[in-house]
Amino acid sequence: MRENPLLGLTFILVPFSLLSIGGGPSIFAPLQREVVDVMHWITAREFIDLFSIARVAPGPGAMLATLIGWKVAGWAGAIVATLALFVPASILTLAVARVYDRYRGRDWHTALEKGLAPVAVGLIFAGAISIIRLSGDGALTWAAAVGAGLTLTLRPKLHPFVVLFAGAGLFVAAEMAGLWPVVAP
Amino acid sequence: MMQETPPKVPLRDIFRVFFTIGASSFGGGVTGWMHRITVGERGWLTNEKFLAGLALGQVLPGANVTNMAVYVGQVLRGTLGAGVALLAVLMGPFFLVIAVATLYDTAIKIPGFHSAMDGIAAAAVGMVLRMGTMGALHGCRKAAPGVIAFGVFVAIGILQWPLAPVALVAGPISVALAWPRGPGRGGLDA
Repeated sequence: MRENPLLGLTFILVPFSLLSIGGGPSIFAPLQREVVDVMHWITAREFIDLFSIARVAPGPGAMLATLIGWKVAGWAGAIVATLALFVPASILTLAVARVYDRYRGRDWHTALEKGLAPVAVGLIFAGAISIIRLSGDGALTWAAAVGAGLTLTLRPKLHPFVVLFAGAGLFVAAEMAGLWPVVAP
Repeated sequence: MMQETPPKVPLRDIFRVFFTIGASSFGGGVTGWMHRITVGERGWLTNEKFLAGLALGQVLPGANVTNMAVYVGQVLRGTLGAGVALLAVLMGPFFLVIAVATLYDTAIKIPGFHSAMDGIAAAAVGMVLRMGTMGALHGCRKAAPGVIAFGVFVAIGILQWPLAPVALVAGPISVALAWPRGPGRGGLDA
């Protein structure tokens, strides 16, 4: 496993894939233990850098695994790590979604859809809070978030990119005005 | 309201939409955008069905984005649709994250870089808040679902309890409360 990094990545990431309830953040701590402390593939400093990059780049934060694979074994490592982390969980989701879809219209199905909706709403707001917490909890963050939400409600045809870049511009301007600290990753 | 058989969506469209969503999912909050495009713009599935999939996707292991891609792809075109959506949603981020990694040492020195990223994240949260509000207006108007939604939010968002036990308690309670009742409805005879 130590000799073959591709095999090692697979053995570490496949179980993590099936344990990543709630997405990437739930496996970051055990992932760091494995790749830094146990396998000595990367240093703690490199792990933190890769974590920041995964947050800044598009895609789920779990793309951190892709970067670890890339660091460990180049393009082959990146591909193997990505597949090992995303495919097992996706197969499970597909299996559940298929069973779920086959029984449309039954009482338990209606109950599941109506019953899971409020759980999802709670998780959506919890997710919003956690992103705000990660990106520096402040009045400006909240104002920008609420402003963006209202803008998209009032102007449904507006491309979301416009709103995202407006947010970026606002924060850069705030930094120039000394209102927003540069948060180290 | 409820669409029993969604219209057959070309795989090419699934790929295009999920590639775009994946490649532009900066700073989290991508489910908000996914909701906007798949439910709002394309009308591929109902709000209720999207939220049910979102709840499933969040309860099951895996990133929300990839689980939702698999779920929506499966709804539209079965296993093939799920595979296409998963591949499409990961392809952009795969190359971009490696590209950013190679540029990182340079990019980090650009003034305002982190502030721009924080601003993008904040705006993306706005989409998430909008999606949550729409879901709340749609499905949480009665007391019981409202209490469930608020309880889940407090437990996960404020108290930061682990997701699995919270979902395993709140999910079944909420589903039981939502069970269709009325004359001639046996409930468990389904």
